[in-house]
Amino acid sequence: MELGRPNLEEFAATLLELAHRDRNVLVLTSDSRGSGKLVPFASALPDQIIEVGIAEQNLVGIAAGLASAGKKVFAVSPACFLTARAFEQIKNDVAYSDRPVKLIGISAGVSYGALGSTHHSLHDFAALRAVNNLDILAPADNFETREAIRAAYHHPRPIYIRFGKQPMPHVHTPDTRFEVGRAITLRSGTDVTFIATGETVPRAVQACDVLAERGISAGTISMHTIKPLDEEALLIAAQTSRALITVEEHSVYGGLGEACAAALMQRGVFKPLRIVGIPDEYTVTGSQAEIFAHYGITPEGLAITAQKLLAVESVR
Amino acid sequence: MNERELRLKSIEYRKTILTIIHHANAGHTGGSLSCVDILNVLYNHVMNISPQNFDDPNRDRYVQSKGHAVEALYTVLADKGFYSPAELKTLNRYQSHFIGHPTRKVPGVEQNTGALGHGLSVAVGMALAGKLDGRRYRVYTLLGDGELTEGSSWEASMTAAHYKLDNLIVIIDRNGLQITGPTEQVVALESLKDKFEAFGYAVRSCNGNDVGDLLRTLEQVPFEPGKPNLILANTVKGKGVSFIENQIGWHHKVPTAEELARALAELEQAQAELEKVMA
Repeated sequence: MELGRPNLEEFAATLLELAHRDRNVLVLTSDSRGSGKLVPFASALPDQIIEVGIAEQNLVGIAAGLASAGKKVFAVSPACFLTARAFEQIKNDVAYSDRPVKLIGISAGVSYGALGSTHHSLHDFAALRAVNNLDILAPADNFETREAIRAAYHHPRPIYIRFGKQPMPHVHTPDTRFEVGRAITLRSGTDVTFIATGETVPRAVQACDVLAERGISAGTISMHTIKPLDEEALLIAAQTSRALITVEEHSVYGGLGEACAAALMQRGVFKPLRIVGIPDEYTVTGSQAEIFAHYGITPEGLAITAQKLLAVESVR
Repeated sequence: MNERELRLKSIEYRKTILTIIHHANAGHTGGSLSCVDILNVLYNHVMNISPQNFDDPNRDRYVQSKGHAVEALYTVLADKGFYSPAELKTLNRYQSHFIGHPTRKVPGVEQNTGALGHGLSVAVGMALAGKLDGRRYRVYTLLGDGELTEGSSWEASMTAAHYKLDNLIVIIDRNGLQITGPTEQVVALESLKDKFEAFGYAVRSCNGNDVGDLLRTLEQVPFEPGKPNLILANTVKGKGVSFIENQIGWHHKVPTAEELARALAELEQAQAELEKVMA
């Protein structure tokens, strides 16, 4: 896989394109234009960026007010603050009030690594999945990020998009189609399928290569939309492979894994399943890559999880 | 509508508020009675908001941050013709949209509120959009005094001043009471005038239960070009009914049938006296 740029930069470039074409596109920042790679945006279109200072509740409330007047508002703040500090504004002012604000959580998951738990967002899928009228996306690579931001521009409902800040490998071919709520199957496997989201997707794809060398047929689905979940893609994966492994840069509680488990069980589909994410413990100190490695979110770590799961399954 | 007509209207509104709260067996009696004169003046004299123009981007906006005083809002919107007054009888009933805090499912409601400290930021966004688009509408928002301990109100205030939103009118329903007791005993707010001026508002005070004083104050908007407007509307919680006024217990107490009858009798007497003066 060829290395692209950080999804953060792809987001900023896409937003600038959209804003050049439509004066109603506004960016709101909470002293976050630097971390959001939005300084070029501010230079190019100073009238379309609104600073509210370090005040995330205010950021989201103002975004709702602007959206009520027809503005296409991208409220940009680190995912950790946006979805925790301003949770009630997201729930009430945006989702419940049905204001189509585009909530952009930057440096999501453990992107801030060694800055610690205050700066991690391992709760956002869980918290926001329980809020009615809010779609949730975690794009994997530059292509998914670009398409997610373009989709958000047209999206008639409130939407939350989160991504990280490390350069991401391209996981898609140029002919891929992107649609909110439709997972993308990157590779099919008859033994195991990784259902991955966000920046864990390339690692899952690489794990497929590791497993292939060991004679195991593995596939990967990029589940870029956490809500609404593409249950159809999930069911196909369950029908075509012997075991499923979900992978996410999020707590193992309340995220993609539990969403998939619930969907499968309620449809009467019982498959060997592992939920890989950040366990419910004091998160280890390190960079994003180190934290991923610590919790087995690496090609080798995921391959071992798959082999163990398949071994258990073959004994039964 | 002239001042005397507005005064009569306020009495009518108070009767409706008490009646629908009694009928629903739930509601925020004290706060609805303290702010209803403000809503009356805004909707019947100041703002250009009607069922006919509610989709017009140039209409004024009203955001009720103190969402719990929803019975006052529903009463005024019914009177403005957004829906039939008969619908008020469904307040809090199964499957009714007339719930205990404002929702956009009810015609005429601009923004869902209920959790305190939210309305001002949303109003700032609306006012900012007006400035960006060069529209001349104004944005009015009503805050309770008790909700001013929510820090988000002060975040929003800083932004309002920074962006020079003189098209924003913040009205504080300063009735001095919250559910636990007097605001100054719960967590002291004063001096509110000094605090709001320090945050960049042009501040005026008035009697928020006196429609004449409200009219004269609101006519002066914008108080100072380039500054957001703030009105400290001094009110009496439970205003208009002797045994409800200034009683902490009436924050969300529901009048019994006997209390409703006594309250309506007091209000009808006030109405008769006012009509006599007018005739």
